[in-house]
Amino acid sequence: MAEISSMHIECIIDKDDFNAAGEASSKVKKSLNMLGIPPKTIKRIAVAMYEAEINAFIHGGGGKAVADIYPDRVEVLISDEGKGIADLDLAMQEGYSTAPEEVRMLGFGAGMGLPNIKRNSDELDIDSAPGKGTRVKMKFKLS
Amino acid sequence: MDDKYYHSVRLEKEKCMGCTNCIKRCPTEAIRVHDGKAMIIKSRCIDCGECIRACPHSAKRAVTDDLDMIRQYKYRVALPAPALYSQYRTARSRNHFLTALKKLGFDDVFEVAVGAEVVSESTREYLKDRKPQIPVISTACPAILRLIQVKYPNLLDNLLPLQAPVEVAAGMARSRALKKSGLNTRDIGIFFITPCAAKMYTKYHPLRGDVSDIDGIISFQDIYMLLRAQIKALGEDEEEDLAEATTFGVRWPNPGGESLALSINKFIAVDGIHDAAEIFDTIENSDKFDDIDFIEALACKGGCLGGPLMVKNVYVSQVIMKSMRDEKGGKYRAEKLPLRDVDYRDYMWDKEVNHIPIHALDSDIMRAMQKLDEMEKLIDEMPGLDCGACGAPSCKALAEDIVRGEAKTTDCVFKLRERVRNLANEMFELESMLPPVMAPVRGSGTQRGKKEEGHETE
Repeated sequence: MAEISSMHIECIIDKDDFNAAGEASSKVKKSLNMLGIPPKTIKRIAVAMYEAEINAFIHGGGGKAVADIYPDRVEVLISDEGKGIADLDLAMQEGYSTAPEEVRMLGFGAGMGLPNIKRNSDELDIDSAPGKGTRVKMKFKLS
Repeated sequence: MDDKYYHSVRLEKEKCMGCTNCIKRCPTEAIRVHDGKAMIIKSRCIDCGECIRACPHSAKRAVTDDLDMIRQYKYRVALPAPALYSQYRTARSRNHFLTALKKLGFDDVFEVAVGAEVVSESTREYLKDRKPQIPVISTACPAILRLIQVKYPNLLDNLLPLQAPVEVAAGMARSRALKKSGLNTRDIGIFFITPCAAKMYTKYHPLRGDVSDIDGIISFQDIYMLLRAQIKALGEDEEEDLAEATTFGVRWPNPGGESLALSINKFIAVDGIHDAAEIFDTIENSDKFDDIDFIEALACKGGCLGGPLMVKNVYVSQVIMKSMRDEKGGKYRAEKLPLRDVDYRDYMWDKEVNHIPIHALDSDIMRAMQKLDEMEKLIDEMPGLDCGACGAPSCKALAEDIVRGEAKTTDCVFKLRERVRNLANEMFELESMLPPVMAPVRGSGTQRGKKEEGHETE
């Protein structure tokens, strides 16, 4: 049998299904559990991924979540074709939010998403421009 | 106990029919049916009692102590769980119930509801003094505590590190018995009358001190009929004034009872182990509950009133409970939680509560990855019906068992059928291959093997 050195997880973030946002992070979490990764590390990854998935749902009009698990790291790419981020520095500030009222009513859109992602990931690379969608690339070390 | 994890929930093999009702209901997928009998995977079992409820043949039961055990002690105290007040329509009042219970052979009764009030007071102090990570999760329900240890290690920091009401009550009952009786502590027997299967674990694994103050745990079911007779026989003039707890303590076993005693606004009270698991999943997956102060989770639907060792239907119990709580002319109605000036530090755990990992496929990550990959492939090939005929609760669980080397692919009836069909096809094919010297038999469908177009001779 060939050596397996990575695992690939891919989920569509459906713009019409709120409950499906978070599916990818939940799958990654379950896989990492079975791989025996320490709970604290799993939590960091799950929280950052979940935030990014929710962002893609709320701001990006849906998109795609891709995760690759390697023995020493997890790489995640959450992408959408939505309106993009106009001012990334501003968006990275805690409490800054462009989320509409109905989203805030659900307890989201408090402006903590991106800061939370940054805090929980080991490497973060956001590629976005107005009208060009957003690609959030995250890397986590498994230790 | 030699066992690392003591369990009260056991299987009575001769009663088990090998049906698969229990495996589906288990929240930690701890049961498999092999060779026609259910078996419990000890490290996964949290003693919640769901299987006791699910079993149509009463083959699952909780191991508890015998009432006869009280005779080993000179001075005996009964600790009734407050939920028990809901089990007799014929009980006129709490004192009626408590006096009848005492008459079963006890020298005193001490309400666990009093312990609950002390826990509430301590919790208030703890929250004020320590400003812990919120939401703080109640640890009064032992099955919930174990569920978190097994499945939600990231919530361990949120646990309320205080003894459960029964432990607190046992300590208080012991001090009072020592004073009242003048005997040595070893002559005093403290007996908890339980609606719950999981409490046995508490006795063997106390979270404060080395030995629990509880000497025995008696199943309410075991004394139901005896107590019923006592209640019937007891005249009004015989009632002793034994009730001490107020409405706050009596309300505790109902969902929300614990939270209401804390006077906090933002709490979640969830009952039923599967609903509780859903709440814990949400907290673990996101930080969305950071404005909730307290989570009270009870493993049984209807709280302790729905305990697996109770007798009455939980909805009927709720009605009786209400009348007991609102007892007419009762001197125990309280607007405020009675304060006993306790120090919460006297009830803090001195043991660590750790993660009990059950999911890791291998200690080596490379090997774990191989197994996980293999497992996913197996899941893709399986019918996804989660029928349970393999003895595992779901196709996923079977796939996991297979990669752990604990089950075979052919345990799946559909995979077995596939194998049989392939084999049948192969046999059919082989059967058609006649030796070249024989002529094919007309109309039988049997033809000589490996004939090619154009070489046929008529």
